[in-house]
Amino acid sequence: MKQFWKSMLKSPSGVIGLVILLLAITIAVFGPMLFPNSPWRMVQRPFLPPFTLGAVPLGTDALGRDVFAGMIFGARVSLLVGLVSTLVALVVGIPIGAMAGYFGGKVDDALMRFTEFFQTIPSFALAIMLVAILQPSIYSIVASIAVVSWPPVARLVRGEVLSLRTREYVQAAVVTGQSNTWIILREILPNALSPVIVLASLMVATAILLESSLAFLGLGDPNLISWGYMVGAGRTVIRQAWWITVFPGVAILISVLGLNLIGEGLNDALNPRLSREGR
Amino acid sequence: MPKRVLLGLLLACGLAAPALAQEPKTGGVINAVIQPEPPGLMLAQVQNGPTQMVSGNIFEGLLRYSPKLEPLPELAESWSVSEDAKTYTFKLKKGVTWHDGKPFTAADVLFSMEMLKQTHARARTNLAQVDKIETPDDYTVVFTLKQPFGPFLGIFEVGSMPIVPKHLYEGTDWKTNPYNNAPVGTGPFMFKEWQKGSFIRLVKNPNYHEKGKPYLDEIYWQIIPDAAARSVAYETGKVDVLPGGSVENFDVPRLSKLKDTCVTGAGWEFFSPLAWLWLNNRQGPLADKRVRQAVMYAIDRDFAKDVIWNGLGKVATGPSASTIKYYTDDVKKYPYDPAKAKALLKEAGYKGEKIRLLPLAYGETWQRWGEAVKQNLMDVGMNIETIATDVAGGNQKIGDWDYDIAFTYLYQYGDPALGVGRNYISSNIAKGQVFNNVEGYSNPEIDKLFADGAVATPDSKRKELYEKAQKILVEDVPVAWMLELQFPTIMRCKVKNLITTGIGVNDGFKDAWLDK
Repeated sequence: MKQFWKSMLKSPSGVIGLVILLLAITIAVFGPMLFPNSPWRMVQRPFLPPFTLGAVPLGTDALGRDVFAGMIFGARVSLLVGLVSTLVALVVGIPIGAMAGYFGGKVDDALMRFTEFFQTIPSFALAIMLVAILQPSIYSIVASIAVVSWPPVARLVRGEVLSLRTREYVQAAVVTGQSNTWIILREILPNALSPVIVLASLMVATAILLESSLAFLGLGDPNLISWGYMVGAGRTVIRQAWWITVFPGVAILISVLGLNLIGEGLNDALNPRLSREGR
Repeated sequence: MPKRVLLGLLLACGLAAPALAQEPKTGGVINAVIQPEPPGLMLAQVQNGPTQMVSGNIFEGLLRYSPKLEPLPELAESWSVSEDAKTYTFKLKKGVTWHDGKPFTAADVLFSMEMLKQTHARARTNLAQVDKIETPDDYTVVFTLKQPFGPFLGIFEVGSMPIVPKHLYEGTDWKTNPYNNAPVGTGPFMFKEWQKGSFIRLVKNPNYHEKGKPYLDEIYWQIIPDAAARSVAYETGKVDVLPGGSVENFDVPRLSKLKDTCVTGAGWEFFSPLAWLWLNNRQGPLADKRVRQAVMYAIDRDFAKDVIWNGLGKVATGPSASTIKYYTDDVKKYPYDPAKAKALLKEAGYKGEKIRLLPLAYGETWQRWGEAVKQNLMDVGMNIETIATDVAGGNQKIGDWDYDIAFTYLYQYGDPALGVGRNYISSNIAKGQVFNNVEGYSNPEIDKLFADGAVATPDSKRKELYEKAQKILVEDVPVAWMLELQFPTIMRCKVKNLITTGIGVNDGFKDAWLDK
């Protein structure tokens, strides 16, 4: 673990990414405490440009709502959706991949055909369809993002398990009569996790983008403000008021960038050999 | 001859406004936006907004209506009402021909009524009061009613009752008649071509029955599916007229400031769209009158008008728009007063039960309005949850009474008997349909007032009944009235006299001319 943090902190991209993520999480957790007012409240005259009033530093939107407050509350929704849907995708994808890789044969065939079924449908189109059918709400959005993002996890885990399965220590465990569950959980998965962790950090970024795209199209949870919603709602007035779309857009850009940097840093830290060779 | 005098008077009324303006010039082509592309142009069978807008210049009704909704002559040059208010006699204009040259006669009117009863839901309801229609000669039509019906002279607008050519439709299958695609009317413009997805072209009717009209040579109705592209088309000069509702509200101020641009909110008086919130009177907190009144006090309707609708329209005072007959503002007032709303909620014992809000999925403006209303209601302590839905899904939920609060707007058609009563009388509670009494309000006194009001004579009696109905309704708040909507028409100032009637662009090109 110590070794991990050392190499993580050595990679500049990892550090930058971590700083961004920590900042975003701090804002998401503590920001709303500083802004007790709902971001939906009309507080000033509409279309107030940014940096003109201290109380609304980033200006107001078409209804006179505080863009800054929207960004703070939006951080919470975006991060929450990103993290939770990734978690759900992992919970679905890892067992399926592990079982397919470990048992092989017909189990593998069945599970992989099932996975491919999801992979053949364009993921964003599937997500739109699911949210539209289930009615937009935070639950249906998390669910549909999870549904479209678990197949890569399953395939990755399957590949790792397939290669680990033939190692001596696994075969030794089989010979000593350990149960399959025990072998998968204790012997194989811990050694297969590093690429999954890297993938997961990228999945959070993708999920944030997916949520933003859905909200942009008007398929966000109508009761929660999110960055994508703000961009979508401000899009039609972009000629009159650029700030309504630009600030939340930049927020999406930075947080997705941060998560990608973390992914790179994790990759370096978890595969030290690879990174040393690369540099 | 008294009939002559009547005609003269009517003509004088109708032409008074234009007569003050400059002398019209002849010639020119106008490009106007039509949004969305109409599904068809046979006005007797298709009544969508865009169909009315294009075809109202191809077809004509017996009457036209001034912005004050007074009847003006069109295909009928004069009319009289019997003493008992049950017989209406229309004298038709002579020398009117269809676009194919055949003469127009009373037989066409009679035939049109037959067709409309089958193809036009609103016309069917309006004609339900008619006992029989007779044509003693080629230029006289006599309607005999079952009982006096106050608003009868208000049902002959071109979109409500277009007159169609008997000689082209009789004995054919109306739905598949080839003339549906190339409509033939008596109007000032003739259908020329329709390039689907691109434009509809109308040309001047050289044999139009009003000498000298129309002034324009051609009209191109341009079809541009994207709202932003429509604004750009106006800015770049591709189109000259943006009828109401064809660009987003927030573009209106910007476009209005352009050089040589004139904007008017007139031309919607006949429709008078009124926006309100359906409140489900059957169940939950909103079954309590005090909670419904709290909703009225809690919502900042001036904000909605000034910010969301860019200052267009008017805050509604009750079930009738101010342009509708017998409107009164002598009713209970509901100014923006959150403190009073809170007090009423407390009195009603509201304890934060969840209330579902259905916005109207008609675009950005309505979405923003839903958000603002939600915030207003949450500010006074109501627990509102917005339900996201599309137009069809929303209609279904409202029709199935599966909602608590829902946005809508409806046309009022000039008379409380035609467009107001339908939303409050208990006989109009029918599950599965939208636009009737979906709030489930039931009050025998209101039922009786609207029933009596429709058939009462004289006018002063109707006025008394409808004013009473308005007072009771505003006190009871069966629905929460928001705004009298205004859909501004934006056009180049060189386009003159386009909007002179209560339906504006829909039949306005007859009088329009270009100041070159």
